[in-house]
Amino acid sequence: MTSTVATICADPVILDQWHPLLPLEEMTADNVGKTILLGEQLSYQLDTHGAPVVWLAADADATPLPVLVEYLYVWVCLGSPPDALFAIPEFAESDRRNIHAGTIGVHVSAPRAIENFLDMGHFPYVHTDILGAEPHTEVAEYDVHIDPDTNDVWATECVFYQPRAATTSTEGQMSDYLYRVPHPYCVILYKTTPLAAERMDVIALFCRPIAEDRIEAHMFLCLLDPDNSETVIRKFQQTIFGQDKPILENQYPKLLPLDPRAETPIRADKVAIAYRRWLSDLGVTYGVIPAA
Amino acid sequence: MNDPKSLWHPVATSIDLPRHHIFHGQLLGREVAVWRADDDFVNVWENRCLHRGVRLSIGTNDGNELTCRYHGWRYANRSAGCTYIPAHPADAPARTICNRTFPAVERYGLVWSGEDPVGEPPLVPILDAGTPFTLRSLPVNASAEVVLAQLGDHRFQPVDALDGDHAAMAVTELGDFALALTAIAASTPTTTSTAVFFVQPVDSDRSVIRAVLTDTPADSEQIAVLRHHATRLGQLVALAETAAADQPAPEPMVATIDQVSLALSVMPERETNRSAPLRVQVARKWETAHDIMAFELVSTGNPLPTFQPGAHIDVHLPNGLVRQYSITNGPGDTACYRIGVKLEAESTGGSQALHDTVNEGDVLAISEPRNNFPLRRDALRTVFIAGGIGVTPMLAMAQALQPMGLAFELHYFAQAEEHLAFNEIRSTLGDSVTVHLGLSPGETSAELTRVLQGYDHANQAYICGPGPMLEAARTIAAEAGWPDQAVHFEYFKNTTEIDNSSSFEIALARSAVTLQVPSGTTILEVLRDHGVAMPSSCEQGACGTCVVPVIEGDIDHQDVHLKQTERDAGDQIMTCVSRATSDRLVLDI
Repeated sequence: MTSTVATICADPVILDQWHPLLPLEEMTADNVGKTILLGEQLSYQLDTHGAPVVWLAADADATPLPVLVEYLYVWVCLGSPPDALFAIPEFAESDRRNIHAGTIGVHVSAPRAIENFLDMGHFPYVHTDILGAEPHTEVAEYDVHIDPDTNDVWATECVFYQPRAATTSTEGQMSDYLYRVPHPYCVILYKTTPLAAERMDVIALFCRPIAEDRIEAHMFLCLLDPDNSETVIRKFQQTIFGQDKPILENQYPKLLPLDPRAETPIRADKVAIAYRRWLSDLGVTYGVIPAA
Repeated sequence: MNDPKSLWHPVATSIDLPRHHIFHGQLLGREVAVWRADDDFVNVWENRCLHRGVRLSIGTNDGNELTCRYHGWRYANRSAGCTYIPAHPADAPARTICNRTFPAVERYGLVWSGEDPVGEPPLVPILDAGTPFTLRSLPVNASAEVVLAQLGDHRFQPVDALDGDHAAMAVTELGDFALALTAIAASTPTTTSTAVFFVQPVDSDRSVIRAVLTDTPADSEQIAVLRHHATRLGQLVALAETAAADQPAPEPMVATIDQVSLALSVMPERETNRSAPLRVQVARKWETAHDIMAFELVSTGNPLPTFQPGAHIDVHLPNGLVRQYSITNGPGDTACYRIGVKLEAESTGGSQALHDTVNEGDVLAISEPRNNFPLRRDALRTVFIAGGIGVTPMLAMAQALQPMGLAFELHYFAQAEEHLAFNEIRSTLGDSVTVHLGLSPGETSAELTRVLQGYDHANQAYICGPGPMLEAARTIAAEAGWPDQAVHFEYFKNTTEIDNSSSFEIALARSAVTLQVPSGTTILEVLRDHGVAMPSSCEQGACGTCVVPVIEGDIDHQDVHLKQTERDAGDQIMTCVSRATSDRLVLDI
């Protein structure tokens, strides 16, 4: 049941997206770094002005690829780049802390990782006593819609009991969630914070597809928490994702099946069903098993 | 050569299946989860949860069920049917979600299975004639074909000549994936040992050698024998892997995963009819009497609502069924609900599910308590008559009267001592309880006659039990002079055949709406279809939850909830079963 698909991506929908290569802070002017995106070997370095430059490692001319610096990361496009990346207005709010909480390699396709991020039902079982706990296992009815202007997938009115929803939590709470999928391989979560009634913490997962069935997931936070150290916050996020990793790596098939008859949905999977349909409608073929 | 998918192959050794373990195996490219239940049944399943494809081998085996690590879905021993979906304790779909199973047989210390095997696992006469001794299995990074070719040249020493060398080897082929090798000591040809080597085709480039000696060595020699074979087989593995490395890598085998049925591929609709707003956790489950399981249910959130003695709750079961159970608690005992569930011989899945698949720690969706069997607390004498599990509401009622100093007697009819439930509650009721054991129907009637004699002012009787007993009690009470209003019944179920062939019109007086009730459809269904929110519980005319006042029209009652005087009054119906004999009913809703 293991196979690494190392072919170079031929999916125009995915090629024409911005992809998060790595945090800007990890790029230097001194060394040429090497990495892989969508099966392509890439080289990267900061230029003398401190701007990131990325090129195909096999390209003797080192022709720069289109790059963008946004939300702490360097984004690259291997095809025709869209004008802009999706908006996260909270990033610019002065009382928030923008944190790169870590990058975790996972042997699974990006859409499987996104779907896991959209899933509340696993909290009591995978994130026991942190994001969920038995017997509070029920996933209450929530709403799902596609934003007609931005074409983002939204899940709203999500509520789940959480013993320790964040580093700032001192007791269990009913957490309100909003989920947003603005990009086939990126997902954003807006979550109640114990610190401000009307505002929400922003937690995002930006996946860099290495191969169809292999990713590095960057965890991006935009928090209202003024007190906890970055170490504490990073450790919390890495603990959570470290719990997800072995589950994701034991999913079969590793590519997300878009055929409705491949798996058995329940009502809690409403947003996952919407995400799968949305990928089908976009025509995504990389990282998924398209419906017949 | 036979199609390998039509053959039985070993997929594990028996010692790979210790208590509550799940073994991860693979055969012909397909992963399997192999686990032994507490009843010793060996399950070989597709190693994949039907929900999101997570390997079941990383889940947990509690001896009865296998629980998926990802979302806690539970699958039953033997059938692999899903018994619980924790994300939806309320509206778990009443659909059959069943994982793929493969046959399993234990033989020669090995677990045998196959994709689609024909007949029985192979019988090997030399093993059946001996005392088989299973050797350590060795995985090999080589195809079964390569391994079998190497095994043809495999050498080992007889058990009684382990220290020697150069034993002569005799090879017997045993079908496509096995051979027997006999080692004959070089010095003494009468000293021999025979081992059968089964090669399990894991994938196109991987195998497992599973070897069985025909005769079990003496205890003192077993370690040395195991070590000898492990060493020799280790050498064979190295040779086979070298041989395989010289060949081009074969295409991996592809195991097709069955599609789920069309019905299961669609997100189920939300259950909106019978409401189950409460979530409770099974804090304790115990056998309170023969075939009667007691459940203590505690809230998972807000405190539980108040209940009255005689009240019942609807329990929404993981299999989609809804059942009613009386609360047994006394006054003030409000931190939990305790119910008793009798395993019905002809259970259609309700009591069976509670007995077999609902465990301590599970979450259940229940309705708020409803009381259609209210207790008067102004009687000078109260007679409780309980048959079997019918004792449950009486226990709550008796506990309510006792601290008030109101006289009551509880007559508890049961087959035998071991059928008496909730002894711990009964013991607090003292001499007020009389137990009647093992009476025939005639003896029961005689006892009821005795118990119900001497009706007096402000006497009340409450009767709950099986239908024939209730009918007898009803008649006896009437003959003894009990007025209808003083005798209260609760039926377990409505055993009358419901005739729903009539068609008629219902007029909703308060909303000025007229609706048609066609034959085959209940008034309750018609009301709900037109957006009228209606409570209901048993939906068979026994509990009285869906009662509606009637202003005008001739009623075809068909329920067992109403007393005769109430029926005669003709001013209320049970919308789940009652119909009209006139063309039109005017309902006060």
